[in-house]
Amino acid sequence: MSAPAALGRPAGIPDGAAVIDCDVHIAPASPEALFPYLPDYWREVLSTTQFRGPTDTAYPPGAATSVRPELAGDPPAGSTLEQVQRSVLEPWRTEHAILTCLYAVESVHNPDAAAALASAVNDWQIAEWLDRDPRLRGSVVVASALPALAAAEIDRVGGHPGFVQVLLPVRSLMPYGNRNHLPTLEAAVRSGLAVGLHFGGASGNAPTSTGWPTRYVEEYVDMASVFQSQLMSLVAEGAFDRLEGLRVVLLEGGFAWLPAFLWRFDRLWRGLRREIPWATRSPSVTIREQVRLTTQPMDGPTDPAAFGRLLAQMDGDQVLLFASDYPHNQYDTADEALLPGLGEAALRRVLAGNARTFYGLEVDGDG
Amino acid sequence: MASHVVATVDEIPPGGRKIVDIAGRSIGVFNIGGEFVAIRNRCPHQGGPLCRGTLVGAVESSSPGVYHYSRAGELIRCPWHRWEFDLRTGRSWFDPARTRVRSYPVTVADAGAGEPPRPGLRPGPYTLETYPVAVDRRELVIDLDP
Amino acid sequence: MADVRRAEWIVDCDVHNAPVSDSALRAYLPAEWRARRDTVGYLATAWQQYRENLGDRSYMGAEYPRPTPRASRVDAWPPSGNPPASDLDFTRSQLLDSWNVAFGVLNPLLGAAEQLNDEYGAALASAINDWQIAEWLDPEPRFRASICVAYEDADLAVAEVQRVAGDPRFCQIQMLSRTREPMGRRRYWKLYEAAVTHDLPIGVHYGGWGGHPITGAGYPSFYIEDSGGMATAFQAQVTSLVLEGVFERFPTLKVVLIEGGFAWLAPLMWRMDRAWKRLRAEVPDITRPPSEVIRSNIWFTTQPMEEPPTPADFETLLGHLDMSDRIMFSTDYPHWDFDSPTQALPPGLDAEMRRRIMRENAVALYGLDPQPQLEAAVG
Repeated sequence: MSAPAALGRPAGIPDGAAVIDCDVHIAPASPEALFPYLPDYWREVLSTTQFRGPTDTAYPPGAATSVRPELAGDPPAGSTLEQVQRSVLEPWRTEHAILTCLYAVESVHNPDAAAALASAVNDWQIAEWLDRDPRLRGSVVVASALPALAAAEIDRVGGHPGFVQVLLPVRSLMPYGNRNHLPTLEAAVRSGLAVGLHFGGASGNAPTSTGWPTRYVEEYVDMASVFQSQLMSLVAEGAFDRLEGLRVVLLEGGFAWLPAFLWRFDRLWRGLRREIPWATRSPSVTIREQVRLTTQPMDGPTDPAAFGRLLAQMDGDQVLLFASDYPHNQYDTADEALLPGLGEAALRRVLAGNARTFYGLEVDGDG
Repeated sequence: MASHVVATVDEIPPGGRKIVDIAGRSIGVFNIGGEFVAIRNRCPHQGGPLCRGTLVGAVESSSPGVYHYSRAGELIRCPWHRWEFDLRTGRSWFDPARTRVRSYPVTVADAGAGEPPRPGLRPGPYTLETYPVAVDRRELVIDLDP
Repeated sequence: MADVRRAEWIVDCDVHNAPVSDSALRAYLPAEWRARRDTVGYLATAWQQYRENLGDRSYMGAEYPRPTPRASRVDAWPPSGNPPASDLDFTRSQLLDSWNVAFGVLNPLLGAAEQLNDEYGAALASAINDWQIAEWLDPEPRFRASICVAYEDADLAVAEVQRVAGDPRFCQIQMLSRTREPMGRRRYWKLYEAAVTHDLPIGVHYGGWGGHPITGAGYPSFYIEDSGGMATAFQAQVTSLVLEGVFERFPTLKVVLIEGGFAWLAPLMWRMDRAWKRLRAEVPDITRPPSEVIRSNIWFTTQPMEEPPTPADFETLLGHLDMSDRIMFSTDYPHWDFDSPTQALPPGLDAEMRRRIMRENAVALYGLDPQPQLEAAVG
């Protein structure tokens, strides 16, 4: 096996600017990778039955966006610490990287299997990632469709200093603002963790309100709408009002849709606020204060001037969090991973400052 | 002259309203439990006939699922896009500092001299029991430029 | 308001006419459905009887009550007490005359396509169209109308289009934004073919039920989410139409997005272009960037108007959309989120753009000839 390829570092990163990478994907290469962390019963199930862990098609292996060509190989990118160190942390001189392990636990209907897998993934993260490289931070994986079990898992591991957020797939069986999800949100706040909603999820619901799209590229595009709906739910149901400490990050949802969404939501709120009287702030104010978004995939216009106008409309330099989205193939050259048209101070905020504040990360080295 | 007589007290019972045109402006006069208030009949949003909207109470909440209902009938909700306004102050509920409708002070004055009495019923072959009714003919006065 | 200058006549691209009562529509059910032999699974032998006995049956459990009765402006109830937009005279006075509407496009929302029973839905669609002809188009030359069809069954829908499309006062075919499957899927293609054959746009209107929650993450709790969520349905439909190759197969098909808002369309074009660029291998039949397809085949109406924080934001939005010849004004009369023709557009919009939005784009799309109206007005 050849050494993992190093991703080129963007030349546009200002000298001495810190980089906090808010979306680095890891995944167990096989169910066997979790065996050291699973009870005997589940090891046997995974070895002797058809069940081999959850399945999701958020990233079909052969889809052009799923893996950068230089990272393709075996084991898959994101399976080992060495891969992430060689490909991302070292070449980019990353201060911190936040790991996201998309293990579609929500698709597992057996509640005990879901809980056992979530615990195993988190223990695997701690032992083989967080405890072995101080630059890494992690996201707690939970049985998101079962809030009581999710809360128990968050309470179990949320105190580990390496975890900074709870990971929830953006596609769920019911929107996360629904009061049934409160135990999960409360547990996250209790442990001082943000809540990260991530592209993907295999809830059983169709990906759109019009049913199941035919083609992967449609599903990929359609995912932004699910982020919009989840934000609407969290605001409308008063999650941000009830839980002042609630911080939400939208991971890999894009962001160009945000201004249009806020304008519409604010207009509706002005006339319909009576239905949700606990939402005393306008949605745009609430979201501005308590929600952040990662930069990949960058779904803005190709024209830099238009991109600049878009960023101005959404306070992009304050609400965006830089991400490489390793190992996904969302951009060609390294410099395309940076936002066009940002001045240096703004770029530094997006590269690290915003994440440091929002996730409460300590300053390490350059800043 | 900036002061206009718009109605008599008995025309607008509690919970009632009257929309009048004064100096080119459409204004709604309301009776909130005996207190008279007036606001411009034009929603600052898109110019809808605000004073034809529904009278509602104030709804506040300290927490999701909790509804504090008070001040029934003291707010008006635009018949178009449902913006809510406090009848007394003209301030919108969602943005009281910056979004409001013009409100006008209403004073109650004694009726002017020489008001014709109400036409009575001519006595006929049938006798009805009648009761004296106090009619409040005091005038409601709006000052456009207080 | 009845003496607005003739130079400022407008086209209202979204008016929701309604029958006075349920039984008023029943009389228009096609004769052939009044007697019908028994078939497996049906109790009734006639569609009229069906409607009386069973009524509308659609995807229950997905209802979010509107914030006003009949979702209408409180002041849109005629003095007769009949429902909003059921009274032709009152509609003339409160809408057409008051706002100098030279043409109003009717979009009755009466549930034909959302019936679980597709055949009943098709019969209902026919009844709606005949009712529109008799009680709206014949008496009032300022109206144009959408052909209602039960689009979930393409054959039944095409039959209805063929039945009435010869009447030039029908200016488009109505679909709703929530369908059983994404609109780009092949099951709907025969209807698109009929649209192209008869040179009628497909008007995709806010609403509909297709058996899915309004979000891709389950059922929300509140009406504000149901209403706000419809923008995601429109986004999914545009995505599907473009990326499933409908406009490659039917290059002259025109689609109008009605009552969906439009600010989301600019970022959707950016997102689709980038996704298409990277994932092109999956869709070799999509040979042009999605934004190009959208700009060539899609129109949209203005209501509910976007309300960004500043007029400059609105100008920026128009620039990002770059669809100045595709934006068409609509009021959504008699609904509560009605847009006023004089107040909804931001002030300071240049006069040329305003004219395009308020009438010229609709005149071009629907082939409207304003001359008779203007002559009648002056005379």
